[in-house]
Amino acid sequence: MAETKPEAAPSTDAHEKMGFWRQYIFSIDHKVIGKQYLFLGLFMGYVGVFLSYVFRWQLAWPGTAVPFWGKVSAAQYYEVVTMHGTIMVFFVAMPVLLGAFGNFLIPLMVGARDMAFPRLNMASFWTIFVGSVLLLISFFVPGGGSHAGWTNYVPLSDAAKYLPGNYWGGNLWLIALAIDFASVLMGGINFLTTAIAMRAPGMTFWRMPLLVWQELAASVLFMLSVGPLIAGVVMLLFDRMVGTGFFLPEKGADPLLWQHLFWFFGHPEVYVVAMPGLGIVQEILPVFSRKPIFGYRMIVWSVVVAGILSFTVWAHHMFVSGMSPVLAEPFSVTTIAISIPFAVMLFAMIATLWRGQITFSTPMLFALGALANFLLGGVTGIPLGTNASDIYLHDTYFVIAHFHNTLVPTAVIGGFGGIYYWFPKMFGRMMNETLGKLHFAFTWVGFNMVFVPLFLIGLGGGQRRIYMSSVYTYYKPLQPLHVIATIGLLVIIAGQIPFLVNFFLSMFRGAKAGANPWHATTLEWATDSPPPHENFHTIPTVVRGPYEYSVPGMDQDWAPQAAAVEAGAVQG
Amino acid sequence: MANSAVEIGITHASHDVSASFELGKIGMWVFLAGETMVFGGLMGVFILVGISHGGWGADGAHVNWRLGAINTFILYTSSLTAALAQGAARVQDSARAKRYLSATALLGVLFLVIKAFEYAGDYREGFTPLAALFWSFYYLMTGLHVLHLLAGIVVIFGLAFMVGPSTPASWFERKLKYVCLYWYFVETVWVFLFALVYLAPTAG
Repeated sequence: MAETKPEAAPSTDAHEKMGFWRQYIFSIDHKVIGKQYLFLGLFMGYVGVFLSYVFRWQLAWPGTAVPFWGKVSAAQYYEVVTMHGTIMVFFVAMPVLLGAFGNFLIPLMVGARDMAFPRLNMASFWTIFVGSVLLLISFFVPGGGSHAGWTNYVPLSDAAKYLPGNYWGGNLWLIALAIDFASVLMGGINFLTTAIAMRAPGMTFWRMPLLVWQELAASVLFMLSVGPLIAGVVMLLFDRMVGTGFFLPEKGADPLLWQHLFWFFGHPEVYVVAMPGLGIVQEILPVFSRKPIFGYRMIVWSVVVAGILSFTVWAHHMFVSGMSPVLAEPFSVTTIAISIPFAVMLFAMIATLWRGQITFSTPMLFALGALANFLLGGVTGIPLGTNASDIYLHDTYFVIAHFHNTLVPTAVIGGFGGIYYWFPKMFGRMMNETLGKLHFAFTWVGFNMVFVPLFLIGLGGGQRRIYMSSVYTYYKPLQPLHVIATIGLLVIIAGQIPFLVNFFLSMFRGAKAGANPWHATTLEWATDSPPPHENFHTIPTVVRGPYEYSVPGMDQDWAPQAAAVEAGAVQG
Repeated sequence: MANSAVEIGITHASHDVSASFELGKIGMWVFLAGETMVFGGLMGVFILVGISHGGWGADGAHVNWRLGAINTFILYTSSLTAALAQGAARVQDSARAKRYLSATALLGVLFLVIKAFEYAGDYREGFTPLAALFWSFYYLMTGLHVLHLLAGIVVIFGLAFMVGPSTPASWFERKLKYVCLYWYFVETVWVFLFALVYLAPTAG
């Protein structure tokens, strides 16, 4: 069957002149869309950082005026806390890790000319753009953005009487979230179809870079977990706007239902964000250790096992919700079990470093920082997953510190590593190393200054979601730790200045990057920087696995996956 | 560099190793996997809430299962005509395929008309979405299904409209395959809804 594929990347209009709008705004080129996602995610990320600055100031010095904001009211406190979590998880981590890196890298890494459905890809970006705008608008509607917490528990988030005056904030929160989900689903269809059906000759599944595997796993997890929550979001919207009672106890419904729906999605969602972050780290480590990744197949199988198990652990978020303690026991067991595949991955990453020729360039520093803190995040998950100890730790700052030590290393620190690593490919220029290392030092030291104290506050019994901690006597001894944490945040914020300067200056003034500045092996380095309109001058033929470094008997210490282009493009 | 020449040769020989994969089909299956979880989640919730409610009792006894059964028959028939359209397209008979395809969409419209009468009847008897938890679920689940059916009808009419005498038969056959895949999914969802929302509550 000699079929044409009208949905596939257009190949005839490659040399047509495109107007500004078509080329940069409503582009169907996966590389442009990836960059659009990156800019959107970075912008939303700094909005989220600003919100955390507002509530961390309030936590450290309760009741004082926050510079650039003013005094924080109780309603504002819950608003900024809710919006910080929502923005960071759904409008920063997902657009950057899936949208930006997934879009930019999957076609390049598997050797395709574009995504399988380029127009769907464009629609996916503009969908999440609309969702982001709606969420930002919700700050300015009467009553402000949602106050119900990022988990949006019912009945607080349900009938309007429970949170008076927050009617439109809550509605817009739900609508923005539904739009965000639709966008990521569209992206997932593209990711999976592209990696299944559009791989270059010789690119078998077992030759795909780990980042591609992790993006695919994340897409599958998202697709299989978000459905019930989409239904739940619609039900909650009907509760709020029409007056049904899907979650209201006074109408005979069970409010715990929302928690089940939220966490059935919410736990896999954590891996949706963490897996691509780990994938980025796993791309960076071999390059700067000049060694093959340790246990490539074991890592892939660990991802698969972790993905399957992630559907069986959700109720460990609900040990104190009033659900049956008998039911808590199996959820504890599965939760402990899920640490095994992640431990396998961590050990494989550490073993990759063993006896490597390590270069401490900026991407590598971020990768190592991510590794260290992800270990801390993983280990502190054990006492939270065990129902007996969770009853004490639940709803304390220990949970917050644990959560941030899993997601910030993967999504933020890993994500920054990815930006430094692929910036030459994205923009054709190198970023400045000194500014980059400065950025790393401030971000990583600041991050630990925030969250190590939060572990201690949590162990000391410090409850989360408390607006004015100074009114509680038991909170007094913990207060200095809050001050340290807030100073840590100011360190992080200071560290973003070198990054932004570096990012925007290097885009225009950075040293020209060759095709392969890091001497890396995967396919994206076998084409120009930045890649031409359809990625490859000729589609490469893949002859080996993705991490062939320091192969004995070769005159260079890396063997590119695409041997055919060796002579031309690789002399970066 | 001894083997580079060979490799360059391979590079130029073919760059479409994936010709055996159909992008649209894979994309549609992935999409339907996500859709399955939306409806599956909703049905799971409906079952669990029903159990914790101790059954739907009197609320559920008033669904119009006769109209539901007629609609089940209509939707099954529409799947038959869709399959016949695919069969006709397979033997390159685009004109016949187009007629069967239009019949499929018209049966879908008939389903919606009957459904509208059913909603109106329920509404007149006071079974509004706010009447009871059961009716909230009833309108939500069947309403979501109606929206899916509506989308299917629009796409089918669009496809039938696009096909002319000059349309390549293989293109039509392929598009038809994706549309029918979706249509069968929507039909299958209805079978589950009919069993859960019409039969189980009235039998209990």
